[in-house]
Amino acid sequence: MIALLIILVAALLGITIWQISKIFKLSQPVESDDSQIATNKDNEKQGKLFLVFIVFLYGLMIYSFWELSKFYAPGASDHAAEYDQLFFISLGLIMFVQVIIQFLIHWFSYKYRGQKGRKALFYADNDKLEFIWTIIPVITLAALIIYGLFSWSEIMNVEETDETLVVEIYAYQFDWRARYSGEDRTLGEANVRFIEGVNQLGLNESDPYAQDDIITTELHLPVGRPVLFKFRSQDVLHSAYFPFFRSQMNVVPGMITQFGFTPTTTSKEIRNSEYMVEKVRNINEIRRNNDNLGPDEKEYEFEYYLLCNKICGVSHYNMQMKIVVETEEEYQKWIEEQQSFGELTAQN
Amino acid sequence: MSVAAQPLANDHAHEEGHHEPTFIEKYIFSTDHKMIAKQYLITGLIMGVIGISMSMLMRLQLAWPNESFWIYEVLLGKFGEGGVMDPSIYLALSTIHGTIMVFYVLTAGLSGTFSNLLIPLQIGARDMASGFMNMISYWLFFISSIVIVSSFFVEAGPASAGWTVYPPLSALPQAIGGSGLGMTLWLVAITIFIASSLLGSLNYIVTVLNLRTEGMSMTRLPLTIWAFFVTAIIGVVSFPVLLAAGLLLLMDRSFGTSFFLSDIYIQGEVLSYQGGSPVLYEHLFWFLGHPEVYIVLLPALGITSEIIATNSRKPIFGYRAMIASILAIAFLSTVVWGHHMFVSGMNPFLGSVFTFTTLLIAIPSGVKAFNYITTLWKGNLQLNPAMLFSIGLVSTFVTGGLTGIILGDSTLDINVHDTYFVIAHFHLVMGISALYGLLAGVYHWFPKMFGRMMNKNLGYIHFWITAVGAYGIFFPMHFIGMAGLPRRYYKFTEFPYFDDLADTNILISVFAFITASAQLFFVYNFIHSIFYGKKAEQNPWKSNTLEWTTPVKHIHGNWPGEIPKVYRWPYDYSKMNKDETEYVIPGQDFVPQNVPIQENEEELNE
Repeated sequence: MIALLIILVAALLGITIWQISKIFKLSQPVESDDSQIATNKDNEKQGKLFLVFIVFLYGLMIYSFWELSKFYAPGASDHAAEYDQLFFISLGLIMFVQVIIQFLIHWFSYKYRGQKGRKALFYADNDKLEFIWTIIPVITLAALIIYGLFSWSEIMNVEETDETLVVEIYAYQFDWRARYSGEDRTLGEANVRFIEGVNQLGLNESDPYAQDDIITTELHLPVGRPVLFKFRSQDVLHSAYFPFFRSQMNVVPGMITQFGFTPTTTSKEIRNSEYMVEKVRNINEIRRNNDNLGPDEKEYEFEYYLLCNKICGVSHYNMQMKIVVETEEEYQKWIEEQQSFGELTAQN
Repeated sequence: MSVAAQPLANDHAHEEGHHEPTFIEKYIFSTDHKMIAKQYLITGLIMGVIGISMSMLMRLQLAWPNESFWIYEVLLGKFGEGGVMDPSIYLALSTIHGTIMVFYVLTAGLSGTFSNLLIPLQIGARDMASGFMNMISYWLFFISSIVIVSSFFVEAGPASAGWTVYPPLSALPQAIGGSGLGMTLWLVAITIFIASSLLGSLNYIVTVLNLRTEGMSMTRLPLTIWAFFVTAIIGVVSFPVLLAAGLLLLMDRSFGTSFFLSDIYIQGEVLSYQGGSPVLYEHLFWFLGHPEVYIVLLPALGITSEIIATNSRKPIFGYRAMIASILAIAFLSTVVWGHHMFVSGMNPFLGSVFTFTTLLIAIPSGVKAFNYITTLWKGNLQLNPAMLFSIGLVSTFVTGGLTGIILGDSTLDINVHDTYFVIAHFHLVMGISALYGLLAGVYHWFPKMFGRMMNKNLGYIHFWITAVGAYGIFFPMHFIGMAGLPRRYYKFTEFPYFDDLADTNILISVFAFITASAQLFFVYNFIHSIFYGKKAEQNPWKSNTLEWTTPVKHIHGNWPGEIPKVYRWPYDYSKMNKDETEYVIPGQDFVPQNVPIQENEEELNE
């Protein structure tokens, strides 16, 4: 039935276009040439359209950079500056190439549009030219690869020192939990087979290291201290994406993955930064004009967030956790208020 | 019996001795490569209409996530009740959209159509090495298409785990409804598809190697054939690995094995799986998945090489370099799969290796782009619709390829992985580019397929709206990706932080609707021209390759007389005689491959 409707609509549209083209044809002076092969006139017109098109393309690129690059989120971790630098160098380079190459493609299409009597140049080969445009990308890419690989190994090889805060990020359909190691600075053993009742993360209750572990629904991080995240999933693949910290790692059932960074900007600081004040003001204006929102949803205050970035089920789009970056003192105060795993199990 | 046993010494006897084919033999269970090519094309185009319609529904949802539209209820039934799209069907749409476009349209629709049509015609063969295998290949593809489309009609919905169908999500019906019967149908469909693709590819390889006409050495092959040939080889190397992955996944799903699953607690119970790893599946999947990108792209590049040379009235620049870069791309494509997995949890050292191989692939790709541009330079460009789409391909291939330098860099991938930046990148570089290649091919070889011409003015309108729309959709999309917008989200309004991206999402959707509607010009032009198009002449584009030496009317065996001999490469356009006074053939700026070397001509490229 539905398929029939679609076919009907498509057919009607087809007929419409057919009729329009008929009218169009009738209103045109009778053309002597109807070979359906590009004529001199066609080449002239289409060649010029390539010029118009390159103006559109440049316009679109300028508009995008002018209006949309402001969405690029500010960085808030130690390697964010390095990441952004590499990103902007690469982006600058590819845009430089893009502008030139697109110009050549469209300019040539215009300049060499076919004309009666024009002779094309029989030009089949030139080893020198081909060498040049092989070697230039080789050198540029080699530089980019080496630069990138240095950053990569620096970011990925996190050294664990006395100062490092180890936090487990636990993912399940469709939420996150954070687990801190507590006073003994060691995460207790855990496996999904231990999940029972309040023990939602499957900690081994007989493991003494597990007793002082602290499980929370918000992620609090002290500013300036290296954090090493250990990721664990309960059911399917998830991906822990921290856009402001330029960090991401898949969360894989059956194995523990890891990623580390040092937060450098507290939530308060970023909230008061010029960029964020402007952005939040803008968002709140949009929200005030949105009739779908309840009165208490209209005012938005910026918080860092962690979101799921690997398709994980129907509510994938709403799997987030609030992140708070604060001073060491604030962090200590907060962590002391939290209940440890031992207290949790004793209570129940 | 004695008649059949006679060797076909005389080609005319072959013609006359043939009985009149019945309707079923001619149009349905045909073993003629030209008919099979048309079957592939039409099936592929229908699948394309389905796949693109799905993306329209997704764009509608993303632009106005909190509004209801009656169209959801009409098209999606219970998944669109009250005009509100169900989140699960959104994921199903994105999954099936990806599957259909990648496999059914751009692999079978593109490779299947043009390999079948052009390999025998351009190398000078009467048909494929095995016409029967070719027919089986098409019918398996057809069955596979039916199965994948029918998965929309099962109770819990079709496969919804993304087109990559990563387990455990794809393995556990408890995790998402689509992973039940829908996912089983997906696996069945893809298994049949792989069988079809392998039969087709083996046939292409054998035909190119064995059935070339006299004089058609490998270095005289048109670049189209080189592209199809190498594509077939990549397919034979990588598709079986996907079959292995699919089989293991099927075992995990149905027989309780643990290849990809371990330590899972879902819906209040611990599952018995132990010791498997989803990362293993990712490796197997992308060992096909990445070469697949080139299986999609190389035929498009081959088609445009041919069309750009013909319509520039110039030889393709750097013929041997083009072949070398096809081979380099083919080789490298099998050693870069890990760049899809930089943040999958695999050893970071592997990430370094894959960054290296991935950025290497930019070199042959760059060579191809530069060679296209040099071919345009100082040409006499005949701006037919096919040529416009070919130039469009060069443009989108460059734009999309360049952002690959960002994604291929493991460091930079961390923050844009699985965001809209990726969507923008691969839609431009393989989606739009390969579609342009497909459309260019249809406009160019329509006279060969149907004996009639397509309307050029409708073709022009089709191209320009599509060109503006494609960039309008995908260029701004990079920026919402850089903002950190994840892909496969049913809506973005759960994060107030993304509220200011809503306008850009609407802009992208509007461009998408316009572009999709412009395809109706093509659909109309295609169908109308089959029946009422202007009758084509034998060689409308004044091309050098052998397919234009066959009569307009299709005959079994392609050439009524003897198979033509080949004396030269296919790119002698605008070649001058020794004294540089006239074209080699006076008054004609092209020299077909079956014309012997002339007296006053210098021989090149031998």
